[in-house]
Amino acid sequence: MQAPHRVFILALACAVGFALLPSAAAAQDADGKQWTVPRTEYGHPDIQGRWSNSFLTPLVRPEGQPPTLTLEEAVQLEQGALGRLAASFEPLDPDRPAPEASNNPGGYDRFYVDSGDRIVIVNGEPRTSFITRPANGRLPELTEEGKRRRAAQAAYGKQFGEHDHPELLPLPERCLVPLGPRTGPPMFDAGYNNNYYIVQNEDHIAIMVEQFRSARIIRLGDGPRLPDHVRPWHGDSWGHWEGDTLVVETTNLHPLQHDVQQSVFANELDRRTGNRVSKEMKVIERFTRVDEETLLYDFTVDDPVIYTEPWGGEIPMWRLNEQMYEYACHEANYGMFNILRGARYQERQAAETGGQEP
Amino acid sequence: MLRIARAAGVLALGASVAGGLPAGAAAQTGPPAEVPRVEIPRTPTGRPDMNGIWQSLGNHHWDIEAHQARAALEMQPGPIIPVPAEGVVALGALGAVPPGWSAVEGGEIPYLPDALAVRDENREHYLERDPAIKCFLPGVPRAVLQPMPFQIFQSEGHFLIAYEFADAVRDIYLEDPGPSVLDAWMGQSVGRWEGDTFVVEVDAFNGMTWFDRAGNHHSAALKVTERYTLVTPYHIWYEATMEDPNTFTRPWTIRLPLYKQIDPNARLGRFKCIEFVEELMYGDLRKTLVGAGDESGGAR
Repeated sequence: MQAPHRVFILALACAVGFALLPSAAAAQDADGKQWTVPRTEYGHPDIQGRWSNSFLTPLVRPEGQPPTLTLEEAVQLEQGALGRLAASFEPLDPDRPAPEASNNPGGYDRFYVDSGDRIVIVNGEPRTSFITRPANGRLPELTEEGKRRRAAQAAYGKQFGEHDHPELLPLPERCLVPLGPRTGPPMFDAGYNNNYYIVQNEDHIAIMVEQFRSARIIRLGDGPRLPDHVRPWHGDSWGHWEGDTLVVETTNLHPLQHDVQQSVFANELDRRTGNRVSKEMKVIERFTRVDEETLLYDFTVDDPVIYTEPWGGEIPMWRLNEQMYEYACHEANYGMFNILRGARYQERQAAETGGQEP
Repeated sequence: MLRIARAAGVLALGASVAGGLPAGAAAQTGPPAEVPRVEIPRTPTGRPDMNGIWQSLGNHHWDIEAHQARAALEMQPGPIIPVPAEGVVALGALGAVPPGWSAVEGGEIPYLPDALAVRDENREHYLERDPAIKCFLPGVPRAVLQPMPFQIFQSEGHFLIAYEFADAVRDIYLEDPGPSVLDAWMGQSVGRWEGDTFVVEVDAFNGMTWFDRAGNHHSAALKVTERYTLVTPYHIWYEATMEDPNTFTRPWTIRLPLYKQIDPNARLGRFKCIEFVEELMYGDLRKTLVGAGDESGGAR
């Protein structure tokens, strides 16, 4: 329902100019009046409700791409995504041949997947990556210590087979932290369920994340941080209002938290065994309502032990006018049983055939 | 306020009796007269302010009915008397069940005969059957009864409860979205204010959750009506009425106070217990079994 509307607005913006864009700096309502940020009963900017960060735009800028697109290019990309979606609704050819045999036949069809049909547009500027800091849209170089740790993890991982133990499976497959990670921090999208529900009271912000259905809890104020050795999933988040922007600082991240993020940009081995987060890692998130339909999300990852500079960017989260459902991942995680059981079966088969692949 | 609550109770009683329920089924709602009531904090819009970290006390999470102390949740035959099952022996006194009074109005859960038999079987096979052992989502009202805190986030237009156990979370719709298209472990919750009481109707359960550690169970037809009444700044009087014609002869209600955490250092911890049960659930599928030295695992 939303997507055609969105493309229509974009196409119109192409023709008439940027003023119509939802994320344009000076938002106006239908009567041409200046939009003002709605406020909660406590006087804070109201960022409550359901939001999505589902975008066609990737986290990391693909090599060789300029930082921005023209509006026409953005419209084309969005229409392309909608076209692929429409094509997926066509009946299948009953005479199609069987797919080629492979180890990975693919797990999801387009009914399941919802990987976005929008291009990130901030201040009227269609972008080619979430990351805008550093300016090349890519992750900064690792420090020498970062490289050393990466090599050490790779060496450690080599002693195991991919499916030897449950702890070696990726965090999303263990239902601990979803790919993206959608739960953050920072919160990035992945193939589906990129939905968030925010509730505010006087001194807390709760963010319910649809994928794996966790609640991030952000305390407002400046209390004592958790002791260094207490490192829960999603870390320890404290927030405060700077003008109309909610600023959240998260420390004490779980040592494995970043594993998932690495799946976005690192190799498989790092993803499974890696721990390229140092104890120094800090995430700064800034939430600003910029119009009725947009919650601008700005993120910065600062880990001086691992990265040569901080990195970050912007995601214009958009108003979700749909329900969110329970994602009970662990309760139906037959994948864990089947992956491990399958690996043991293959090993027995191999043993019975004298080390030969059956 | 007290008068209004009592009036509401009388109205509810009248409505239930008119609905043809057996006598005694529709007891009064609202806090008993013995429960203290004082001035309560309110939000800027005048609602009772339930924001904060809460927890139930007492031993209802072991068994919501009255029970005496026993050696373990699962027993096995012994030479003289039953002894704790193998899986819990090592925990000693910490694996024993402390005594508790009943949270159930009238004392006992009105099971249908077949459902009562299932409850007894659940007790015999406790270690295998309790979904919470595997860190599965606890359902309602078990989430409220768990011996871990939960946090209410309440605003004029929104209501969300985050539970420490299993990272469970409920978004409570204040506008009814209509019947849920999906079953869920935590059900679908729709809330409304009845005077100063927050009433939540929960349905669309999948029938796979329990009420406690004593095998008390229900089907997917369960409908729970919860009533949260702030009686002091630090106490919510909590009631949950269970309706499930597949399992019970009539609706029944648990009633208990919830206590606010007043320690300024209190915070909701994260108990995403999934990783804690991997050895239990997948340990026999390791390449090398834990404690098995170099012997190859993979029993299954």
